[in-house]
Amino acid sequence: MKFRRERLDRGIKARCEDIFALSSYREIVYLMFPRVLPVLILLILPLLQGVIGLYWEKVLMITCVIALLALSWDLMASVGLISLGQALFFGAGAYITGFLNYTFKLPPILTIPLGTLGGAFFCTLLLLPVLRLRGVYFAIVTLTLPLLLARFIETTKILGGTEGMSALSPLPNIWVEMYVPILALLICLFAFRRLINEDYGLVLQGIRDNDRAVMSGAINIYWFKAQAVFIAGLAGAFAGAFMTHYYRFVGMPAFAMDYSILPLTAAVLGGVGTFAGPTIGTFILMPLSESLRAVGTLRVVFYSAILIICVVGLPEGVFHYIRRKYHQFERMVDVG
Amino acid sequence: MILRGAIFRLKIVPRFWRKMLPSIIIYGLVNSVNLALIALGFSLTFGISGVANFAYGGFYILSGFLVWMLLNYLKFPFILAIIVTIGVVGLLGFATYWVILLRVRGIALSEVIATFALGVGILELFRWLGFVTYEFTLPYFKKGMVMIAGVPVDYQRLFMIGIGLALVLFLYFFTHYTRIGLAFRGIAQNERTAISLGIRSDWTAALSLAFGSAMAAVAAIVILPLGIISINTGYEVLLIAVAVGIVGGLESVPGILVASLILGYAQIITGTYFKPQWMMVVYLAAIVLVLAIKPSGLFGKFKELEERV
Repeated sequence: MKFRRERLDRGIKARCEDIFALSSYREIVYLMFPRVLPVLILLILPLLQGVIGLYWEKVLMITCVIALLALSWDLMASVGLISLGQALFFGAGAYITGFLNYTFKLPPILTIPLGTLGGAFFCTLLLLPVLRLRGVYFAIVTLTLPLLLARFIETTKILGGTEGMSALSPLPNIWVEMYVPILALLICLFAFRRLINEDYGLVLQGIRDNDRAVMSGAINIYWFKAQAVFIAGLAGAFAGAFMTHYYRFVGMPAFAMDYSILPLTAAVLGGVGTFAGPTIGTFILMPLSESLRAVGTLRVVFYSAILIICVVGLPEGVFHYIRRKYHQFERMVDVG
Repeated sequence: MILRGAIFRLKIVPRFWRKMLPSIIIYGLVNSVNLALIALGFSLTFGISGVANFAYGGFYILSGFLVWMLLNYLKFPFILAIIVTIGVVGLLGFATYWVILLRVRGIALSEVIATFALGVGILELFRWLGFVTYEFTLPYFKKGMVMIAGVPVDYQRLFMIGIGLALVLFLYFFTHYTRIGLAFRGIAQNERTAISLGIRSDWTAALSLAFGSAMAAVAAIVILPLGIISINTGYEVLLIAVAVGIVGGLESVPGILVASLILGYAQIITGTYFKPQWMMVVYLAAIVLVLAIKPSGLFGKFKELEERV
């Protein structure tokens, strides 16, 4: 009596997967549930301030910001550009926003969009010469660029130097503070997922899989890579711009390695390539790390351990596992 | 032509700069060999054998603290502490391959991420354990100094130059004339062909990781006495190793020497004539420049096809 494990698609998935003729509420709920659930949870959580407490609301907000960075990392990874320095986008957006607010006294409603666009533009220009590098070499450059910019600011003392720019304008009220990152996260998540499923995203994935083949199809891969970096930069720079006005301060910590390692760990934990994966990874990682705040620097050791275990032992990430369980079932089949 | 240029410069530069010239030459050499010594272990694994070891900074600081702990907690004699540390760190490198790298071998980015996380974990573990005060210093081999061309150079730096140049020569002959060294280069060039010739790829890669970590330990023991063991040095060491490797070409030993000379002298000159804070920027700017213009580095050859489109 020998058995093997057999994995099959669920009946409901086979029925409602391709042909959009949904015939029952059950099928509609099956399709909508994974999409609607996170949206509902995220929209309702800030209203539960009394239950959860203000501290965890702040954690929710910073989780959304890091999730934005993780989404931008994932978009770049979907083009084949693995970056070890998302802090570049964060810092660029943060500094441009801070500069606009500090020098020209523009209100946050103007500086945040301008900082987002300016940060993305700046980072794309900075990364243009190295876009043709592959793999490890691109990763090394992205690792050094935030360090370089931080040192540059420290030595030339522009943009506030080591003290940074402080006493920037605050955000209007707490509802803006809570809902803006949540809405930004939801928009980015669903927009990126839609983007990668369209033909445009197919070209991006083609560039990741085999760039010479895409080139031989008369497609300018550098232009597409630059566009992908710009779009990812929009998400990352928005994160930086928002946090500048939240903290009312911008300085060299905007380029800290934390903002590079956290999105990376979250994406690897959640599942690279699927934008829901980094989001889930962030929502697992950040509250866990907040509850470990008492142990101080040991947190970074904790992130490193998670990163190693995920890269080596669970390379697919959590999201792939969840999705598999949702769409397929397993049973043991007798093979004699 | 270099001599003519030097004499030319000696005639026209103002007296202050002329006075600085011998010290620039000598400290530049010291700095260059410092960088070469640091970069050797990393180049052996990542450059010559193609096995990512971004935990290099972690192993460097780990060796320093291990020697310190053996000297101060267990009261070992200095020689014994050195030998034990080099052995232990080598074994640790060997184990890193089998535990972490074996499962992600071939996926370059997973290797980088996993070993980088290991390095960060080691460094931050030491920071959490409190190894951050001024008492963490390693003893000199021999105290005292000597005057060379009017520039004071202490014996530790002379040892560093000697050991560094000896290790560079050793690495060159090892990787070009011994079977194990040639096996290291073989698995980087074409793993399948190497396997078909009977080279056990996993063991060779693990050995290269062990050798590279042992070289990190040697570099740490020679260089760390010049200051205190500070944990941020771990990150800097990794950056130096990567910079030297990229500028010189990851798989060539002459490239390491030339790149460390270039970077060492560039650093000393920026430190003397501009502000000292710019010294760090030299590495980062060099990496970005070389990767933008000629990614395989000055002497690198066979990566040209793979590293850019």
